[in-house]
Amino acid sequence: MAPVSLSKLVKRYGSVEVVHGIDLDVADREFIALVGPSGCGKSTTLRMIAGLEDISGGEIRIGGTVVNDLPPRARNISMVFQSYALYPHMTVAENMGFSLKIAGKDKSVTEERVAEAARTLGLEALLDRRPSQLSGGQRQRVAMGRAIVRDPEVFLFDEPLSNLDAKLRTQMRTEIKKLHAKVQSTVVYVTHDQVEAMTLADRIVIMRDGHIEQVGTPEEVFQRPATHFVAGFIGSPPMNLREAVVDDGKLAFGEDATLPLPAQFRDRVTAGQKVVFGLRPDDLYPSGHGIHSGEAHEVHEMERTVSITEPLGNETLVFAGFGGTEWVSRMLNPRPMKAGEPVKLSFDLSQAHLFDAETGRSLRV
Amino acid sequence: MAGRPDGGTTRSREAKSGFLKPWKLPAPFLLLLPTFIVLAAVVVIPLLLSLYSSFTPFRLTRPDTIWTFIGLRNYERLFTDWDFWVAFGRTVLLLTFALNLEMILGLGLAMLVEKATRGQRILRTIMMFPMMFSPVLVGFQFKFMFNDNVGLINNALQSLGLTDRAIPWLIDGTLAFIAILVAEIWSSTAVFAIFILAGLMAMPREPLEAARVDGCTPWQTFRYVTWPFVMPFAFIAMTIRSLDIARAYDIVKIMTDGGPAKRTEILWTLIARTGYSDARMGLANAMAYFAIFLSILFTVIFFRKLAQARSQIGAEW
Repeated sequence: MAPVSLSKLVKRYGSVEVVHGIDLDVADREFIALVGPSGCGKSTTLRMIAGLEDISGGEIRIGGTVVNDLPPRARNISMVFQSYALYPHMTVAENMGFSLKIAGKDKSVTEERVAEAARTLGLEALLDRRPSQLSGGQRQRVAMGRAIVRDPEVFLFDEPLSNLDAKLRTQMRTEIKKLHAKVQSTVVYVTHDQVEAMTLADRIVIMRDGHIEQVGTPEEVFQRPATHFVAGFIGSPPMNLREAVVDDGKLAFGEDATLPLPAQFRDRVTAGQKVVFGLRPDDLYPSGHGIHSGEAHEVHEMERTVSITEPLGNETLVFAGFGGTEWVSRMLNPRPMKAGEPVKLSFDLSQAHLFDAETGRSLRV
Repeated sequence: MAGRPDGGTTRSREAKSGFLKPWKLPAPFLLLLPTFIVLAAVVVIPLLLSLYSSFTPFRLTRPDTIWTFIGLRNYERLFTDWDFWVAFGRTVLLLTFALNLEMILGLGLAMLVEKATRGQRILRTIMMFPMMFSPVLVGFQFKFMFNDNVGLINNALQSLGLTDRAIPWLIDGTLAFIAILVAEIWSSTAVFAIFILAGLMAMPREPLEAARVDGCTPWQTFRYVTWPFVMPFAFIAMTIRSLDIARAYDIVKIMTDGGPAKRTEILWTLIARTGYSDARMGLANAMAYFAIFLSILFTVIFFRKLAQARSQIGAEW
């Protein structure tokens, strides 16, 4: 139960700087997810919080105390690793009780806490097994049990679900959420999977090349991405992002294709400005198949040709060429559609995003 | 064959199952036969012969004594032979000291080398240098170093002012034992170091980090996480080295030849002396068979420990 705060945090390996002075405040009991592509510095940041990596600059505070030079054991944290990191020679019970044994806790206290964690995680029947006799999901559960038993102020998760198969991942995701509701600790969760971040976190931190691109609630980062990187990273299938040039109330794409300049951006751009136009597949739909009814919105309809379709049952992704590139649109309540067929597409421009092509920052108010 | 009448095939089959059959061995047996013959010639027959000779008063100087069967009398003599038991005990003592010290030193070396971020390959190669020398040469080298008059060690001790007399390294029984131990350790600590280093390098990093987060001090991390993982590797080295020391001969032969006055006699120097110098090959063979039991015993113990340690870390090898 402690806030975590990073200020001007820097990590350098020799002359290479991988984390460039990031600032982040995690509130007490908050669940925060660090997401980003591999190599963006999210795991390094987490390992610095854990004390497994030295800090090259800046400051880390846990519960108000500067922990820069404290060893991991003095930081009152627990960590769950991607590869579980269980002690292979210990049973499940020994693994979970190890930290208490080291801390010199009474044997009966240890047993009680282990039993309680085992009950929470459904591990009671496995307490005498060794890690090599467990499945991946069970191992991850033990790793989580080991973290809970310590009753730490901060939980750190380093891509804990990446080694599990898709089905188990969904299941464990729910369990982590339940667990957080129950133990009420501060959580810093690293993942490269935006769905995990969106479903679990109170706030999401999107990192790229050692910088923080945006910090916000799942709704904020989805609806109001601060940069075109965030726009492309959050959301599946990803947002259609295309370079365009502002030209007399219009956006000019390649091959003479144009779209009207969305109303909300009219005063925010100048003629000849290079921008990145973004539109989510949900806001580009075959007419009559969208989420929104067209009236209150700024809908621009256009006749295109279907190049391919990806039917998913409840919806179909329809790909169509525009301005020399393929755009993806989402058709809800799908009707049968074949490649080569003409389709009338609705571009809901009121939902469009516009980013400066130079800085990548959103041009929204 | 295709054109032959039925009668012809039947007849040839009869011929096969008749008197020709004993000469036609089955193919698998035939193919393995050369191996059997070679093995019998170089291993089985000499082994049986030596076993048989341990039941005879066979002397190399009187070859016909091999035909005199005396039953277990050689073995009976062994059990009452004080010299034999002293040598036996000294061998076990050497084994115990050498194995333990080599393991501690090897462990330390391996952990230091593993920490090295640069030049680890070179360090590993250097570490193995002592193993590249013939034990006989190692014996000569240490014999010179421990020599009480011209030896390096006494010279060094005297120049440093630590002593003003010539310490009789290879003459005093205990000191000679220490000298032999030092030579043995110098030449073979690398076996432990290499195996333990292999274990350290194969060890996954995450449990170590988990231990740090779990609150372990560096010592506790070693004690509860690193050591259990490295243990099977140490047991492999122990097995190899216990066999090595149980048959130790060369270094001792060169350094002290079991002397002076049998003060450093170990099993194999005694066996060699009994067999060749005293020419009592029958008795020597009886001793040798007994010595082999020692080796087998250690091998069994360590293999059992190894299996136990392996299943503990859930090793998949």
